[in-house]
Amino acid sequence: MEHHQHRDEPVLNKSVPVRHPGRWLSAVIILAFVAVFLQSLFTNPNFRWDIVGTYILDVKVVQGVGWTLLLTVASMVLAIVLAILLAFMRQSDNPIFRWSSWVWVWFFRGTPVYTQLVFWGLIAVLYPKISAGVPFGPELFSLDTASVVNATVAAILGLGLNESAYLAEIFRAGLKSVDKGQQEAAEALGMSKGKIMWRIILPQAMRVIVPPTGNETIGMLKTTSLVLAVPFTLDLTFATNALANRTYLPVPLLIVAAIWYLVITSILMVGQHFIEAYYGKGVDNLAPAAANPAAAKAAGAGADVKHSMKTDFPEESAR
Amino acid sequence: MTITAEKPLVKIEGLHKYYGHHHVLRGIDMTVNQGEVSVVIGPSGSGKSTMLRCVNLLESISSGRISVGGQLIGYREVNGKLHDLKTKEIAAQRREIGMVFQRFNLFPHKTALQNVMEAPVHVKGQSKAEAQKRALELLDRVGLGDRAGHYPSQLSGGQQQRVAIARALAMEPELMLFDEPTSALDPELVGDVLNVMKDLAKSGMTMIVVTHEIGFAREVGDTLTFMDGGVVVESGDPREIIANPQHARTKEFLGRVL
Repeated sequence: MEHHQHRDEPVLNKSVPVRHPGRWLSAVIILAFVAVFLQSLFTNPNFRWDIVGTYILDVKVVQGVGWTLLLTVASMVLAIVLAILLAFMRQSDNPIFRWSSWVWVWFFRGTPVYTQLVFWGLIAVLYPKISAGVPFGPELFSLDTASVVNATVAAILGLGLNESAYLAEIFRAGLKSVDKGQQEAAEALGMSKGKIMWRIILPQAMRVIVPPTGNETIGMLKTTSLVLAVPFTLDLTFATNALANRTYLPVPLLIVAAIWYLVITSILMVGQHFIEAYYGKGVDNLAPAAANPAAAKAAGAGADVKHSMKTDFPEESAR
Repeated sequence: MTITAEKPLVKIEGLHKYYGHHHVLRGIDMTVNQGEVSVVIGPSGSGKSTMLRCVNLLESISSGRISVGGQLIGYREVNGKLHDLKTKEIAAQRREIGMVFQRFNLFPHKTALQNVMEAPVHVKGQSKAEAQKRALELLDRVGLGDRAGHYPSQLSGGQQQRVAIARALAMEPELMLFDEPTSALDPELVGDVLNVMKDLAKSGMTMIVVTHEIGFAREVGDTLTFMDGGVVVESGDPREIIANPQHARTKEFLGRVL
């Protein structure tokens, strides 16, 4: 496979590329629309950019951003924990687990999130006291429901439980996407059920699970605007609406809210990129030494391992 | 070879396997002695892989018994009645039996080194330093000491299969099962894997090898078993069977693969 410098090297073909007039035409049309829109942003006085500037860092708005983030993160964490549990239950050998998981998904996916939020807001009316004890027997302790399930808790429960049903299906699909041979290889090594799931199956399923879960997180960010149903009144949408009603200037305050949602979404997308790179190890992400400390250590340990960066397959390592 | 005291390590007695109404294994009897290489050949669908997978319970045993090292696989016998073992107990039995798959089944999210270290650290509870030292030795032994940091997707099929052999050996099993280990490989990569298996056989490992490599059977095998239609048709010294098959079906099969 040695390369000799031949005097008669092949003459590279210089062909005339295919022309694409359609691309030029579409570019002109789209750029024209963009230009008109941009011009309107600067010339249309109804946008009231001065008001946008005044309120973008308003205390109420920034607090609203904080609450919206808190609701998003807390309800997603709750949903992810429940979804992993539900997905495991769904593929369990235990028929009671499989059935319970199915019913949970059926119920929480089958009713509107708005309805569920109203319901959690009214839970104290339905069950004034939470108590633990023997059924029909003595009570061990009892609490006022209203003091435990306040508006924040109700909002997180409403959003989280609803989301868990959707995420459970995403996790289930992810677990199913892992080749059966992986389970068998791990079983043949004598690994326990739990270790097989956490160390072998789930990390590979995450490659499939992360992108739709990122999608759901961004969806959740905006679904938090429904917590008015609880009623919870500190989130970004409520805060900007309240300001809009007070100032009679809905458009600039909608823009304020939109800018903040876009900023948070963009940050979440950056986070998702890194999570995807992490779980893409060995498949989409082939940076050997940097991505795993054990191999780096090994490379330092033995002289013969120093060549480990070299590969028989240059076309693969170049990817 | 025949002079050494023959201690049976694997005993398969009256093994049957059904998938629903499909009767795949129809009464298999087989003994593999300590340190012996037992090669199993046969046309596809003959049940040879199923038989192998029953030995470490990747397939349940419909009827019959398998014991490895005197221990009944998958069951506990109390007063002549069989009780299923718990998942944990089955896992403990599998630790003594290494398995190499046709499609390698390396963990793609782990490097070669991490693949080999996985079970010693997370099943046996070895320290990472100890497991790593041993894993690097094993990778050296299969000729891949310089590939420790590579992911499976960066290795050729033959290299992946050799890592898979190292991974199975890391648990220090008393028995190794090979399920058509070279069938998914490009022809020029088969030799490296077979050489590793030959070395392993020389080191005294007890092996059951399901394969289509008649040359390997002749050179390394202590016994050759020909299976067809879920039964053992013929079994004995590989060189004799290959040179002079007694049954028409064996003759026909060998005629096609040789």
